[in-house]
Amino acid sequence: MKWEAVIGLEIHVQLATKSKIFSGASTAFGAEPNTQACAIDLGLPGILPVLNQEVVRMATMFGMAIHAQINQRNVFARKNYFYPDLPKGYQTSQMDLPIVGPGYVDITLDDGETRRIGVTRAHLEEDAGKSLHEDFHGMTGIDLNRAGTPLLEIVSDPDLRSAKEAVAYLKTIHSIIRYLGISDGNMAEGSMRCDANVSIRPQGSEKLGTRTEIKNVNSFRFIEKAINFEIERHIDVLESGGKIIQETRLYDSEKDETRSMRGKEEANDYRYFPCPDLLPVVLSVEFLNEVRNSLPELPEQKRQRFIDELGLSEYDAGVLSANRETAEYFEAVTKQCQDPKLAANWVMGELASRLNKNQLEISESPVSAKQLGEMLIRLKDETISSKGAKTVFEAMWNGEGSADEIIEKRNLKAITDTSAIEGMIDEVIANNTAQVEQYRSADEAKQGKMIGFFVGQVMKASRGAAEPGVVNKLLREKLKG
Amino acid sequence: MLNKTVAQLAAGLAKGEFSSVEITQQYLNQIKQLDSQLNSFISVTEDHALATAKAADNRRANNNAGLLTGIPIAHKDIFCTNGIKTTCGSKMLANFIAPYESTVSQKFQDAGCVMLGKTNMDEFAMGSSNETSYFGAVKNPWQLDCIPGGSSGGSAAAVASRLAPAATGTDTGGSIRQPAALCGLTGLKPTYGRVSRWGMIAFASSLDQAGPMTQTAEDAALLMNIMAGFDEKDSTCANEPVPDYTASLNDSIAGLKIGLPKEYFSKGLDSKIATNIEQAIKELEKLGATVKEISLANTDLALPAYYVIAPAECSSNLSRFDGVRFGHRCENPGDLEDLYKRSRAEGFGAEVKRRILVGTYALSAGYYDAYYIKAQKLRRLIKNDFVAAFNDVDIIASPTTPSPAFKLGEKSNDPVAMYLSDIYTISTNLAGLPAMSIPVGFAGGLPTGMQLIGNYFAEAKLLNIAHQYQQQTNWHQQLPTAIQA
Repeated sequence: MKWEAVIGLEIHVQLATKSKIFSGASTAFGAEPNTQACAIDLGLPGILPVLNQEVVRMATMFGMAIHAQINQRNVFARKNYFYPDLPKGYQTSQMDLPIVGPGYVDITLDDGETRRIGVTRAHLEEDAGKSLHEDFHGMTGIDLNRAGTPLLEIVSDPDLRSAKEAVAYLKTIHSIIRYLGISDGNMAEGSMRCDANVSIRPQGSEKLGTRTEIKNVNSFRFIEKAINFEIERHIDVLESGGKIIQETRLYDSEKDETRSMRGKEEANDYRYFPCPDLLPVVLSVEFLNEVRNSLPELPEQKRQRFIDELGLSEYDAGVLSANRETAEYFEAVTKQCQDPKLAANWVMGELASRLNKNQLEISESPVSAKQLGEMLIRLKDETISSKGAKTVFEAMWNGEGSADEIIEKRNLKAITDTSAIEGMIDEVIANNTAQVEQYRSADEAKQGKMIGFFVGQVMKASRGAAEPGVVNKLLREKLKG
Repeated sequence: MLNKTVAQLAAGLAKGEFSSVEITQQYLNQIKQLDSQLNSFISVTEDHALATAKAADNRRANNNAGLLTGIPIAHKDIFCTNGIKTTCGSKMLANFIAPYESTVSQKFQDAGCVMLGKTNMDEFAMGSSNETSYFGAVKNPWQLDCIPGGSSGGSAAAVASRLAPAATGTDTGGSIRQPAALCGLTGLKPTYGRVSRWGMIAFASSLDQAGPMTQTAEDAALLMNIMAGFDEKDSTCANEPVPDYTASLNDSIAGLKIGLPKEYFSKGLDSKIATNIEQAIKELEKLGATVKEISLANTDLALPAYYVIAPAECSSNLSRFDGVRFGHRCENPGDLEDLYKRSRAEGFGAEVKRRILVGTYALSAGYYDAYYIKAQKLRRLIKNDFVAAFNDVDIIASPTTPSPAFKLGEKSNDPVAMYLSDIYTISTNLAGLPAMSIPVGFAGGLPTGMQLIGNYFAEAKLLNIAHQYQQQTNWHQQLPTAIQA
């Protein structure tokens, strides 16, 4: 039987506010346990929450970025359960009236196909603390630094059909939150976490199969592996006549497998009800307009502008707009050299491959956008040849200074004087009489292949400073004899 | 000196007739002498009080005193006080010392008032008789075998027996007004949101409200001038201007339209209480008020709505008492579940547990719509009744309680009978309206109260009417004899 996977993601995004969602305590990562938890975060008796307005702004920005309905009246509720790292015995979250209602994002798959994925809702909530089991023999330590950290939980419709689509969707959301500057999206530090709901059904069937939930996966690679493992597991179970049990599962990245955490039948009854300590949040039209006007250009808009205004291909525009840092780098280079296509080629070509090889992010690039832009100016005004440019780039990568300094120091000025190049060509022809003979007796197709040898010799003679195109052209004429 | 009102003490302090240290010492002596009979204090903060009184006297000497600087008061033990034990009447918090000050107690501190101590109360403010306190029941100073009312029973008994000239209380379903009525005091529950709840240990957040318990309406106005106002730390606090509550005390009430809800004068009301209210209304009529019978048709829904909403909120508010971070923790827990179960089983008393269970049930899957949502709808109907009534009348008058103080232990084993003692007070908490109780006579030697209910933020109007009444009568000046001997 042909199976189809049905996947929905719940993404928890930590919002990049300085203070917590209901208290003034800091949200900085990595502090000593319990140094960033005030009386409010500790749930001491008598304390009351006050909503951080920045959190509301950020959630609104996100809602607008995914074309969603913003609920002008939204309500905080209490989700009641006992856990030692949940100080108040309830998590303040949103249930019936979340701040962000239905919206969508468009994802682009590797083959260039675009799919529209529905976002059911996005709601605000506070994070819980953390239980520490190491260093406490037979006991548990509680760190409440994270308690009260603002989270935006983004729930997708069950629109995803493969692990690859799930990753593309996750990456799109990651890109949007980074563009908006509302989260650093750092998955390793837990700023972005993901739960995946997975089920399968016979292809063509409308009915949803029983789903399982994979909890807290924290990398793009692992989410793909976890979902694929789970799909395979579902297929194995069903094809061998078994039944899928609705349950929560954990992904073990070392063993590359998921395993049961707890059955849904044991799940808590959360007893949601509107939080009586917080009034409903009412967003004014002025506020919404203000947020709308403050929205930065988003990946989709940027992509379109790269195509329309800068004349980039769909593919290039897609790659260069996918993340904010790359787009900003590219735009800075373009601004400097005034040649979008040239900038695109270098950013996606030489720069990308070097970064990739050294496993660096573009924000960590040893060559700044300014440096690259300056070099491309020299390439355009023919101060250096394209080969010379590669040498300059490598020197810049190694920290040897600006393009102009390197050109000067290494004497890389292109030889544009054709008489000088002609001189070198004459010398090469004189020194390689046998090859010249061969060339002249060969047919046109063969000549095309053989010309490379002569170009190489001339380039060598010019120490790379001659423009290969010019050399090629002059050579062909001279070799005719 | 001990029978002076806050206003009289303030005048005496201003004139230099006595110092704050002197009067503070007198009240402390009185507490030492008499409180063993009443049990109205959980903590007496003698050193703190004398130090504050001394500081107040210095402020006065430096012409830096406010009207109430140096006035002693007592705080219900539900207000967190920095560095001083706050128990909320529970074993769970028997040794809890908050590292912060409630907004209400902070405001009194800023005004230079002297805290004598923390008063006894029903555990987590759940109770109508003060018998649910872990620290023992409080006695009614008028008849020591009777209850003082609850949950602010300690504050009521302390002020009635002049162990403190005034005290703070909190009112979730009548916890200021009912004990005020049963002890012969003036008690005001302000509009929901008028006074900050920050630092006040929550029972039912959408109903809780702090207010003054005093001898006179004038004193209540003086205390309200300190307590009322917006607090950015409480999201439910009203950002409305605060009037000077003493400014309108002497306004004429001629032309005032008083509504008498027929549902509040029907079955179950003690006949002597009904007579006392009639008399009180006649006094108000003499002052030019007119009376009109009104109907609050959904009154009978108030109690059931309240006993869903209040327990629902309390079940959630009290979840934090889990033995993990503060408060009572059981000995040698076997595992996490054992820690939760035993800490809570040992730390909470029967009434608190009963309400947690009721609230948990009302919010649970499958019952939420039938109970919680339904109760919220009833709440809206009750509110609508009041809003409509205030189109016709300026004020609503009713009994505060259906009967005078009952005997200790009389209703302890019958929760529903106990709950009925708040039948006239609960509606205003559901509606968020201000209401007060003033003494209007006696029944069998025990004081009885009349409740005045006002429109939203009409505290000044309530205080004005009460003050005008108290200018014509002396019920509020009567002293309990039981403990004075």
